[in-house]
Amino acid sequence: MTDTLLEIDRLSVDYETARGDLKALRDISFDVRKGEIVGIVGESGCGKSTLISSILRLTAPNTRFRQGEVRFKGEDLLQLPERMMRDLRGADISIVFQDPMQTHNPVLSIGQQMLDIQHRSKASKAEKRARAAQMLGAVGIPDPEARLDQFPHEFSGGMRQRIAIAMALMSEPDLLIADEPTTALDATLEVQIIERLQELQQEFDCAILFISHHLGVIAELCDRVVVMYAGAVVESGEVREIFHDPKHPYTRRLIDCDPGHIKERARVLPTIPGEVPDLANLPGGCIFRDRCDQAMPRCTSQVPPLTQLKDGHHAACWLNHKEAAE
Amino acid sequence: MLLYATRRFGLALLILIVAVTVMFLMIRAVPGDPVQIMLGPRATPELQARLTAELALDQPIWKQLLIFYGNLMQGDLGIDVFSGRSVTEIVFQQLPHTLWLILGSITWSATLGIALGAYAAAHPNTVIDRVTAAISVSFVAAPAFVVALLSLLIFAVNLQWFPAIGAGEGFWGRLNHLVLPAFAIGLSWVGYIARLVRASMLEVMGESHIRTARAFGIHERRVVMVYALRIAILPVVTVIGVGMGFLLSSAVFAEIVFARPGLGKLVIDSITTRNYPIVMGSVLISTGLFVVSTALADLINAWLDPRARTAA
Repeated sequence: MTDTLLEIDRLSVDYETARGDLKALRDISFDVRKGEIVGIVGESGCGKSTLISSILRLTAPNTRFRQGEVRFKGEDLLQLPERMMRDLRGADISIVFQDPMQTHNPVLSIGQQMLDIQHRSKASKAEKRARAAQMLGAVGIPDPEARLDQFPHEFSGGMRQRIAIAMALMSEPDLLIADEPTTALDATLEVQIIERLQELQQEFDCAILFISHHLGVIAELCDRVVVMYAGAVVESGEVREIFHDPKHPYTRRLIDCDPGHIKERARVLPTIPGEVPDLANLPGGCIFRDRCDQAMPRCTSQVPPLTQLKDGHHAACWLNHKEAAE
Repeated sequence: MLLYATRRFGLALLILIVAVTVMFLMIRAVPGDPVQIMLGPRATPELQARLTAELALDQPIWKQLLIFYGNLMQGDLGIDVFSGRSVTEIVFQQLPHTLWLILGSITWSATLGIALGAYAAAHPNTVIDRVTAAISVSFVAAPAFVVALLSLLIFAVNLQWFPAIGAGEGFWGRLNHLVLPAFAIGLSWVGYIARLVRASMLEVMGESHIRTARAFGIHERRVVMVYALRIAILPVVTVIGVGMGFLLSSAVFAEIVFARPGLGKLVIDSITTRNYPIVMGSVLISTGLFVVSTALADLINAWLDPRARTAA
């Protein structure tokens, strides 16, 4: 277990709202090992963003951690004083956010922002500048030295996302969180960014927590994958396992709906009918049962536990229990 | 940046020409013969004719305008009919008093307003935030002339901390005389700027790039003071630039209440005596002041915000 970097252990997070507590995350457990790429998949509103802001503890004021731990190198981040937490951010744990057009400060030059994030380093200003230029070069920004004096609006979206990656990797973090880094970009750029991320991951040897709803990218990039639905983990395991032998109906439907997976021409793209349950007013039993075509009477009354099916392959569905076969 | 500055000042010049022309026509449209008022009822027809010719009032209006602009190019705003002194000299003698009053008012009120607003925004919905809100609203609601009279009564007459009238001699004397009028004019600005900064700051603090700065462990103080305030301050700069007009009009009150020399007092005095050249000259300078301050505000914004440089 010494190679475990990040452990999310039975984490439950609520948002206090006027409508009552919004159960954004419920009983989430998974881990990320050193140097590994773990993907998190799920539709919008499944709790991906809450999860990463909980890891970094950059949460909205109405967030309540109800139970569980977020252990990084064995230490529970939820118990850490704010000052020590700040020491981790951008040093041991870095993040690349979703929208590259909004991620940089519009009134400070890229160089200034890249100098600022080296605030822990004792190096001189010139050294920090050289380091920033070197990182920009590493992510494929041409003429990096001169471009340091430019402002975010003078770069294209793809370049800004590469700058964001350069900034995140500059401190050589142990864990890089990538929050849908390619969603706002077009398909060609997406491939470029993913390839670059792969190369850099090899070079810097960091673990990546890769959040996406693009299954093709996850399959390409990740070692393991965690499938989330409505604030809970429904399935997790090796990428190959999950894609070839999904054990949860939601994962199966998700793969069927992936445009890259559809072989025949269709007038209407397949979708999963129904809606995500109201997180403020969760029904009992399985959260997916209203949209599941294999729902059984048992699914209405009992919550299926996340159980280990094979080594490292977990799923939360009653279909995998012996009774279902009968 | 240089190109932007050139274009912006070109625009300012254009605005100035339009404003001055309109003003020239408006003051000529006021009923009453200025020559009669200036010379009084006992003046001889020869004297009246001479002054009319001297002021070029017998010429058609477009010719008067051309003569006016011709003189203006040479820095000549005409002659004060009563004292015979050059209007340019009189106006520029009064200008520094008003300029110091306006600068003093805006400096203290902007500093305090920005600090209060930024602090309130960094601690939203706390007791301090609510107290600041209550104070700012009551400041905004207090008209400058009421504050001027009350502060005169309290701090000059009753407590005798500061002098009541005049502009003072020497640097410290002038500063001492500046305190009460600058306080009176600036007070409502403190509240206004504080509200503005708070709202603008709260908006910026919710933007993604602030989350990025925090995610890199940048100290919260730097996040607030540099990453957020530099953006939040942009509307405030514009408002202050445009607010120069309001400041000039409140300066008129303050100059009358505190019997200070200055442009405002000069304008009021010359309007009552229908002293055209002086009214024209003072209004011209005030307009120039307003146009330059809005242009300066835009330039400061362009310096603070690189995105503004390419626009406009």
